[in-house]
Amino acid sequence: MDLFIQLTLTGLTNGAILALAALGFVLIYKSSDVINFAQGEFLLVGAYVIFAMIAQVGLHWTIGMVLTLLIAVLLGVLVERLVLRPLIGEPIISVIMVTIGLSSLLRAIVSTIWGNQPKSFPPFIPSQPINILGATVGADRLWALVIAAVMLVLFNFFFTRSREGIAMRAVADDQQAALSMGISVKKIFAWAWSIAAATAAIGGALVANIVGVGPELAGFGLRVFPVVILGGLDSIPGAIVGGIIIGLLEAYTGGYIGQGLNQVLPFIVLIIILMIRPYGLFGQEIIERV
Amino acid sequence: MLTLNNVEVIYNDVILVLKGMSMEVPEGKIVGLLGSNGAGKSTTLKAISGLLKPEDGEVTDGSIEFMGQEIHHMDAADIVRLGIFQVMEGRRVFEHLTTEENLIAGGYTRREMNLKPDLEMVYHYFPRLKERRHQIAGYLSGGEQQMLAIGRALMAKPKLMMLDEPSLGLAPLLVMEIFEIIQRINKEQGTTILLVEQNANLTLAVADYAYIMENGRIVLEGKPEDLRENADVREFYLGLTEVGQRKSYRDVKHYKRRKRWLS
Repeated sequence: MDLFIQLTLTGLTNGAILALAALGFVLIYKSSDVINFAQGEFLLVGAYVIFAMIAQVGLHWTIGMVLTLLIAVLLGVLVERLVLRPLIGEPIISVIMVTIGLSSLLRAIVSTIWGNQPKSFPPFIPSQPINILGATVGADRLWALVIAAVMLVLFNFFFTRSREGIAMRAVADDQQAALSMGISVKKIFAWAWSIAAATAAIGGALVANIVGVGPELAGFGLRVFPVVILGGLDSIPGAIVGGIIIGLLEAYTGGYIGQGLNQVLPFIVLIIILMIRPYGLFGQEIIERV
Repeated sequence: MLTLNNVEVIYNDVILVLKGMSMEVPEGKIVGLLGSNGAGKSTTLKAISGLLKPEDGEVTDGSIEFMGQEIHHMDAADIVRLGIFQVMEGRRVFEHLTTEENLIAGGYTRREMNLKPDLEMVYHYFPRLKERRHQIAGYLSGGEQQMLAIGRALMAKPKLMMLDEPSLGLAPLLVMEIFEIIQRINKEQGTTILLVEQNANLTLAVADYAYIMENGRIVLEGKPEDLRENADVREFYLGLTEVGQRKSYRDVKHYKRRKRWLS
C-alpha cells in the first residue's frame, strides 16, 4: 500500500510537469495548427537558464524565476519573428519541419554554452520530505503539482473569459475571418509562442530542481507526444489529464513491472489511442452540419 | 463616406480582376452592389477591407478613400479600427466557439472593457442568438449563423458595414427577416451599409442606390426605381420578360445586348 501511494505521488508530480510542457504544445497547435517539435528544447533552455541564474550568477530563486520567464517570452517572440513570420502562407508541413530544425539549433546552442555534462542543481524550491499517508515525497514535487494546477485554472480562464484568449481560439478556427474583425494574426502567434515558451520554462525549472540539468532533459519533449495525443491535440484540459495519466502509468509500470518498460508504455498507449479515438479524449471533433 | 476611384486589383501578379472600379457610398445609406458570379463583387469588398493580401491580391492602381483618408495601403486590423467591417461570404462563424464567444471576438477592437451592453444590443436585434448564446456556433442553423455573422459585425460598432451575400443558401423567409433587420440596423444605429448580392429583387427593395458590376467594373448605376425600369436589368437580373408577348428569335439572342456591357 505504501508503495502504491508512493508511486501515485511520483506519477502525479511527473505528470504535472509533463502537463506543463504539453500545455505550451497545445497552445501553439490550437492557435496556429503547427506541431512544435521544439517544445522539449524550450524546456531544456528554461532549465539551463534558471540553472545559470541561480547556480552560476547566484541570484535569489524568485528573481531568477522571473528573469527566466522573461527570457522565455523573449525567445518565443524571437522564434515567431525570425522563424515563423517569413513562413506565413506556406504549407503547415514546412512550418513543422522548421520546428525540427529549431529543436536541433536550440540544443546545439545550449550544449555550446553549458557543455554536455549533466550538472547537479542546488534545489531552490524547499524539498524536505513530507509524509503523506505513510509515503514520503519531496516538497518540491508537491510544488510542481500545485503550480501545474494553478496554470490549468489560469489558462482555462484566459481562453474562455479574456478577449485575447477568445481571439486566439478564433484565429485557430478561421484565420481570415479573424483577420476581418481586426484580430492581428501575427500578434496572436507571438502571444502563443511566448506563453508556450514560458510554460515550458516553468516545467524545465521544476524538472531541473528535482533531477538536475543535462542535455537529456530535451527527451521530455518526446514524452509530450503521447500526452497530447491521449488528451487531444487541441485541448487544455486534455493536456493536463493526459499528463497525469501518462505520469501515473509510467510510475506504476516502473514500480510494479520493472524499469525500462515504463519508457515504452506511453507510446504503446499512444498507438492504442490513435486506433480507437484519433482526436484524443478531449480533442475537437470536426463539426459537420448536414 | 467611402469612395473608390478607378481601382485595379491584380491577383498573383497576373490576373486582373478589377479593371477601373469606381463607386461611392454616402453616409447613412444602404448601397447595393449587384453582379453575377465572378464579376468582382467580393474582390471589391476585400480591396476595401484590406483582406486581399492573404490571397495574394493587390490594389495596383486607383485609390480607396474612407472619410477623407486613403486606406488601400493599410492593414486589415487598422481598417477595422477606422470603422469598416466586412461580413464575409459564407458566414464564416468560428465553429468551435460558442455564440457569445463569437460575438466577443467580433468586439475585439473595441476599447471598452465591458461589452455587456453591446451583447444586449445584438440580442435585441437577434433574440434567437440569445437563446443559443452558450451553444457551439458550428451547430447553429444556417440562418442563425448568418445572424451571428451580422451580430459579430455589430459588436465592432462599425461606421460602414459591408455584407457579402447575406442571402446565400438561406430559405426565402429567413432572407426577408435578415434584410429587415439590416434595414433596422441602418436606421436605428445609423450604420452605413454596402450590400453585395446576387438577389437583385431584394437588394433593389432595400437599397437607396445601387451599382451593377460586370467583369471588374461598374456597368450601370442608379436609384432602385430607375434600375427596375431598365430593360437590361429586368431581363438579366430580375428575370422579367414581357409576359404574354411573342418572342422572336432575335429577342432570345440577348447575348448581343449583354456583349455591349462586357466590352
